[in-house]
Amino acid sequence: MATSTTSPHLDSGRRRDPDRAPRRVGFSQTLGRWDVKVSPYLYISPFFILFALTGLFPLVYTAYVSVHDWNLIGGKGEFVGFENYLFVVQEPNFWKGLRNTFSIFLISTVPQLIIAIVLAALLDANLRARTFWRMGVLLPYVVAPVAVSLIFGKLFADKSGLINTVLGYIGIDPIGWHAQILPSHIAIATMVDFRWTGYNTLILLAAMQAIPKDLYEAAVLDGASRVRQFFSVTVPMLRPTIIFVVITSTIGGLQIFDEPRLFDQTGQGGPSRQWMTATMYIYELGWGNQKSFGRASAVAWILFLIIIVIAMINFAATRKISSETSATKKRKKVSR
Amino acid sequence: MSAPSLPVIRQTAGRGAARAAGRSRSTAAGSDRRPGWVTYVLLAVAIVLAIAPLYYAFLLASSNSAYIAQNPIPSLIPQGEFFDNVSKVLNGDIQFWKALGNSIIVGTVTALSVVLFSTLAGFSFSKLRFRGRNGLLVFVIATTAVPTQLGIVPLFILMSQFGWTGKLIAVIVPGLVTAFGVFWMTQYLESALPYELVEAARVDGASMIRTFWHIALPAARPAAVMLGLFTFVASWTNFFWPFIVLGNQNPTLPVAIQLLQASYFKDMSLIMAGVTISTIPLIILFFVAGRQLVAGIMQGAVKG
Repeated sequence: MATSTTSPHLDSGRRRDPDRAPRRVGFSQTLGRWDVKVSPYLYISPFFILFALTGLFPLVYTAYVSVHDWNLIGGKGEFVGFENYLFVVQEPNFWKGLRNTFSIFLISTVPQLIIAIVLAALLDANLRARTFWRMGVLLPYVVAPVAVSLIFGKLFADKSGLINTVLGYIGIDPIGWHAQILPSHIAIATMVDFRWTGYNTLILLAAMQAIPKDLYEAAVLDGASRVRQFFSVTVPMLRPTIIFVVITSTIGGLQIFDEPRLFDQTGQGGPSRQWMTATMYIYELGWGNQKSFGRASAVAWILFLIIIVIAMINFAATRKISSETSATKKRKKVSR
Repeated sequence: MSAPSLPVIRQTAGRGAARAAGRSRSTAAGSDRRPGWVTYVLLAVAIVLAIAPLYYAFLLASSNSAYIAQNPIPSLIPQGEFFDNVSKVLNGDIQFWKALGNSIIVGTVTALSVVLFSTLAGFSFSKLRFRGRNGLLVFVIATTAVPTQLGIVPLFILMSQFGWTGKLIAVIVPGLVTAFGVFWMTQYLESALPYELVEAARVDGASMIRTFWHIALPAARPAAVMLGLFTFVASWTNFFWPFIVLGNQNPTLPVAIQLLQASYFKDMSLIMAGVTISTIPLIILFFVAGRQLVAGIMQGAVKG
């Protein structure tokens, strides 16, 4: 406290003290203060700069590209208003892309969640060689989707594929895994689930282990069987985590590209685009024969708006549910 | 000893509860009891399903196209042509070695960079006071929900402007730091790095960056290893953006592997040989560090 000429400020603070007598401040001290003030922003700045450059700017600029006649090779052309949008919404392939994306997403997410919850419940027991089992379910996570798709593309081959052959042994006619719409979606959903089920199992397992044991003791006292405990204690307590898993799979799932792209050699999503997803359509418009960045951007922007709407619905649902179970939210770190 | 006896339960909570409590003690309901064999069988089935497609790929990789055509279900014993097929792929026109080198470069650089920048930001968010801290952290978390893949057209235009198309830097730069990493390190340092330690360093006259380097970074090591692993796996398996911006001339492994399908689209044994050798490095990594991956996910990892 160098001076006492002025009455001390109420919310004193060494920080703002304009009336303080000028004091010679050493260079290192100035540097030190500057260090304290600027460093925190400096340290977080790489993320914000990079996000602005490679995340935010491209998304916003997509809208700009989408209202221009813009070619991969020729570059920017004239302003065309909503012409690109009008073009794509009149294309049957655009609607097929949306249909396939949502269909594959639903077919993959629902069974994946159910299997993951069951597996997590099994892993939650006091197992021998616990780490072995946990690592075992996670193994497919390190396999690239490209590799997964090539393997499963062969497993699901329409003729002479392993799965159709096995089905033949038990008297089921070969299924057109590539030829038909729904079977192809099931095959692609299988690839997604192969890679992600173990990962989500471990997230759910961690959430399960965070459930207070006294809830189970109370359930036991009330005479609940193990199955009843699972449905009346475990599943409700997992709800925030389940929602979290669903949200993350929505963001990834609606942009799915790798698995359907490599499901056959042409990479076009089938002869009549049975399994062509929205992202594949974006690629086809921009880098395929048309080379139209304008149209590709129009589709990207529409898909972006759809994902935002879904995210908002998710968010609203999450808020509602988490306020209902606010006393028990354990691991939902996203909303914190 | 603290658990109530069955007669007590019967008196206070009824007969059914007493039966359930008794059951919990005699069977495996308590979590400290060993589970029955059914649990192990079900888990074994899950693990077989996780391994089977990979083994199937290996089996096809060690046979030839004639064998594959005749045997939709391959024999569980490998046919012995694995190394022939692998050498065909290695010497083929997909530039396997270049792709392997590229994948290693991209994976290593992004993993190191993500760890460094995320720890730096995590240190700042968790232990330093500055205006707007909470708002900015919420912003970081919110960006994980932004489908950035949909911005590829302008991102590609941007990379063309820089003259980076076809170059590794176009794949590396967008991955230098991730929102998930920042969030993950913030969470970890929040609890793992005591304020006292930071203050002690400051009192001793260490600058901010020295405090970070000598106090925060060592404290962050376990989480940093996990983050590095996750980043490496994500980079190694990434296809969409490298496929678009790199093209076939300077591929990463996934881009090279999909070329196999175009170049030998009838010979499954060669395609599967490529699939197998491109997957082996990560399988090895998994056996070395899978424990860390499991722990990482269970400590609140988020898909990223």
